[in-house]
Parts: sequence; structure tokens; C-alpha cells
Amino acid sequence: MGRRLWHPGLYLALAVVLALGLAPGVTGGQGLRESMFTILMSVGLASSLNILVGYTGYVSFGHIVFFGLGGYVGFYTMTQLGWPLPLAALVGGVAAGILAFILGRILLRLRGAYFALATLGILEAMRAFVTNFSPFGGSIGLSLNFSAYRAYGGANEALWLTYWILVGLVVLTVVVSYLVRKSKFGLGLMAIREDEHAAEIMGVRASRAKTWALVLSAVIPGVIGVLFFFKNGSIEPSDAFRLNQSIELLVMVMLGGQGTVLGPVLGAFGYQRLRGYLLTSALFSDIQLTIAGVLLLLIVLFIPAGAVGWLRRRIPRLKTVLE
Amino acid sequence: MSTAEPGREENMPEGTAGPLLQVDCVTKNFRGLRALSNISFDLMENRILGLIGPNGAGKTTLFDVINGVYAPDAGQVLFKGEKISGRRTYHSARLGLARTHQVVRPLSELSVRENAIVGACFGRKNLRLKEAGPVADEVLEAVGLAPLAAKPAGALNVAQKKRLEMARALASQPYLLLLDEVLAGLNPTEMDAMLHTVRAIRDHGITIIMIEHVMRAIMSVSDHVVVLDHGEMIAQGSPREVAENTKVVEAYLGRPEDAERLQEEV
Repeated sequence: MGRRLWHPGLYLALAVVLALGLAPGVTGGQGLRESMFTILMSVGLASSLNILVGYTGYVSFGHIVFFGLGGYVGFYTMTQLGWPLPLAALVGGVAAGILAFILGRILLRLRGAYFALATLGILEAMRAFVTNFSPFGGSIGLSLNFSAYRAYGGANEALWLTYWILVGLVVLTVVVSYLVRKSKFGLGLMAIREDEHAAEIMGVRASRAKTWALVLSAVIPGVIGVLFFFKNGSIEPSDAFRLNQSIELLVMVMLGGQGTVLGPVLGAFGYQRLRGYLLTSALFSDIQLTIAGVLLLLIVLFIPAGAVGWLRRRIPRLKTVLE
Repeated sequence: MSTAEPGREENMPEGTAGPLLQVDCVTKNFRGLRALSNISFDLMENRILGLIGPNGAGKTTLFDVINGVYAPDAGQVLFKGEKISGRRTYHSARLGLARTHQVVRPLSELSVRENAIVGACFGRKNLRLKEAGPVADEVLEAVGLAPLAAKPAGALNVAQKKRLEMARALASQPYLLLLDEVLAGLNPTEMDAMLHTVRAIRDHGITIIMIEHVMRAIMSVSDHVVVLDHGEMIAQGSPREVAENTKVVEAYLGRPEDAERLQEEV
């Protein structure tokens, strides 16, 4: 295992994550921490989504549902049951995983566009359900009593703690993404992506592999949801189940290079930097999502393999370095 | 010319072992259209069975029923005594049944070697990734694809993709190999090489059913031939018996050039 991990394909991606993640620790700046939180969150979400989209070849428009549901469940345990953050985060991840398992059993019979449409439906259905689910506060949602932060030594400390958990989690996500790509399980997923029918004839148990791919891609978004809404202090349906955010994740995966380890990391970083620039510029701030849409179109049309995939194809020597 | 020695003719008792594959009264309909009608035959271990018939006779459909792509509407398929019809394709793969496709299905973005590794990993022996590598290298060497191992499978030409189909199937180390027109589109030299490979595979103890349109080839390599026409089995027997069967000749009369070739070449 140790030797397998020591590969440039992994440590390049980890180096990027650590460089981003540790920067706020060095400067101690809260502003930097906030922007890095957003970027790292995207890295974690996009890398998770990549297991489903990039490795398995199933496009999901509703992946943010796991972030939202995990966030809600974790938030509920913190606000209503008084559970500590690490435990709540764990429960959020488990909840997202269970939802993914159930959805996998039902939805992964569908292929291609039908699956993608169904994920869209699930996201909307979950939003509608939570909006009318009173234990989760209905359309108003739930909020954290400010005193809850006191258990962690004050608001500032609580936010730093959340941030460091996120950094650790994103590192874990990248390692998992790499291990999946290099495993027999991952090879089965990629065989499904290339030709599901042929893969099954070769002995790949597609339904089972796809379900576990979905579960694996859902657990970390569930945990991230808990961290994000804890930091946020409140949760409501329109924040937890945002279709925009779901589609932006796809743009990140496609931009960086689906099916690679480094791709979603770079894609999430690049996209969030671009978004940050667009949001603050007077000219583009209103049409930021339009630009994301155009970007997605351009990628799909001209570089469907994304930046990392394009580099791998153009410069074969990079194949040993970029995974 | 049949290559089977006299002692290996059909219906000779072969120890106490039962047949490797039993196709038992298999019927398959597609929306009222009868694709296969009451097909039955047994296949003993270590044989090459040729499956012939005009286009649309149901040959590939029979493969699809045998390896689980379709469940039969009636009848059953037994593999090593276990019922496999109606079960998923991966189940038969794990039991040791591999196939190639008439229309090639490479895992395009994966390398040639990775394609073979998929076969080895998920086939009969359920190998670990590390164990699958050497197996893949060996079969790629055997089918002559070793120099192209690092190439993406999608970049191969059709003849190479056919060989990749074969390599993947072999990498799974099957007991029974279903070959669907592996000779189509090959020139005479390549064809002879492929036939040589097919015999070598049989000599390694793998039983083979092959669908083929090239009469000379199928008649020379098969121990036993089954002829389908419009979903019905109209004849079976040794290559010579089949070639002289009037029903078979009639079935091919719709394509006179085939009928002529059938008789000339055997």
C-alpha cells in the first residue's frame, strides 16, 4: 500500500490541496480562510462527484442532494439533540450514504440521459419534501444558537476547527479518489463507463459496482454539508438543495478533466477563482451563471477530456505523472 | 476437411463426465417473431462446435441466450450441470463462459492491456489486479497484440479489435469460449493464423463454439457442426454429414454462391 501511494499522480493532487489548505494557517487571515473554505469544499464535492461521473460514466445533475441531506441530518443532531460537530458530521455522511444506496438500487437501472434526468427529479423532490418536513423546520429551516460555538472555545475557534476538519476531509477525498482509480473496483467502474453491456459479459457486476460508486461519491458530500452549515450557522431548503451548485460541480469536473484524480481538484480551484473574479467585477456579476453554462458548452464541444485529460493526450509522457 | 480424429467423433462416451454445455429445448421470441425454436444440443468438453446458417438464422441470438443476455422463453441452458439461462451475464462469466462480439465492443478509453486485465480480473478466477497483469500480458502475446499493449483500445483497427475481443475472452481463463465471427474481414493469411490460434486454444483445454460464415474455415476446424435456419436447427453432425445434408443445401439455396461453396470446399 505504501509504495502504491507514493506516486506523482497522487502527491501532485495532494500538494495542490495542501498548498491551498495550509495557506490560511500560515497567514492566520479569516478572509483567506473563508475563500479557501469555499474552494476546498468545491474540491471535495467535485472529486466525489468524479467517482460517479468520471470513473463510472453516470452524469448526475442532482449530486448536491447528498450535501443538502447530510447537512440537514447533521444540523438536526447538533441543534435538536446537542451532538458535537465531529459526531454530527459522521452522521451526515452516513445519512447521505444510505440515501445513495437506496437511490442506487432504484435509479441506476436507468442509463445515460434518463439517469441524469432522474437525479434532477430527486433533487427537486428532496427539496420539496424538506420544505414541508417540520422536524427540519420546513421552509424556514433550522439555525444554530450562537452559544453552540462556545463548546468549541468561541466562534472563531469553532470556525477554525471546522476548517481544519475540512482540510483533512479533502485530503482524504483525494486519496480515496486515487485509490479507487488504481483499484480493481475502479477498473470495473471504468469498464462500465466504456461499455456497460460488454463489462457485464466480462463478469463485472455492474449493478453492485455502480451502487457502491454512488455511495462512495455521496458520503463525503454529506459530511461537507454538515461542516458548511455549521460554519454558516443556519440551514434552509433553498441553500441546501441548490440546482445551480449541482451544475457548477459538473462544470468543475468537466473543466479539470473527468476520470482523473487531479482534474476535479484543478477544475474546482480554477472555476472558483473565475467565479470569484466574475462576482466581484461590475460587468459580469449578474451573468456569472451564464458564463458557467457557456464554459460547460465549450468544454463539451472542444475538450471533452478536460484540462488534465487534454494534457495527458497531447503529451504522452505526462501520463506517468498526471493521474 | 475435418481435423477430428476418428476416436473423437460425436457421441463417443467420454469418461464419466457429462456434457460441458447442454442447450435444452431453447425457444426465444421477439415480439411474436420466433428467433429460436426448440433448439437442443449437447457439447462435450474440449470440442470445437461450428454454428452456421444463413444471415438472420438466429446464431447470435443463441449466443445471447447461452451467456445470459436474453432469458429464453422456454427451455434452459445448463453449464457444467448448473442452470445458467435466465441469470445475468456476469454470472456465466464467473462460471467460466466467455464470448467475443460480432460487432466489436472495445473499452475504447482504456488501454489494450487494461482491456485484457478487465477480462482477467472479473473472469472465472476472479483475480486480483496484481495477479491479472501477467495473465493479460500472456494473452496479448498469444494473440499478437503485445506491441500495442499501451495503446488506447479505441485506436486499434478492426482486425486488431477482433483480436482484442479474443484476448479479453481468453484472459478470463474460461472453460467455454463463444466466438462470434472472429474471421470476418480477415485476409486469407490472417484467417489461417486465426484458425491456428483457435486450434491452439482448444488444445489448451478450452471448449469452443464458433459462429462463422466462411465455410472453408468452419468446416476445417469444427469437430461438430450445428446448422440453424430461421431459428430452427435443421441439421447437426460432423462437417461432412452436414455438408451433404439436403436440408442444409436447400437452406443455402437462397444464396446459391454459398451453397456452391459449401459443397466445393468440404
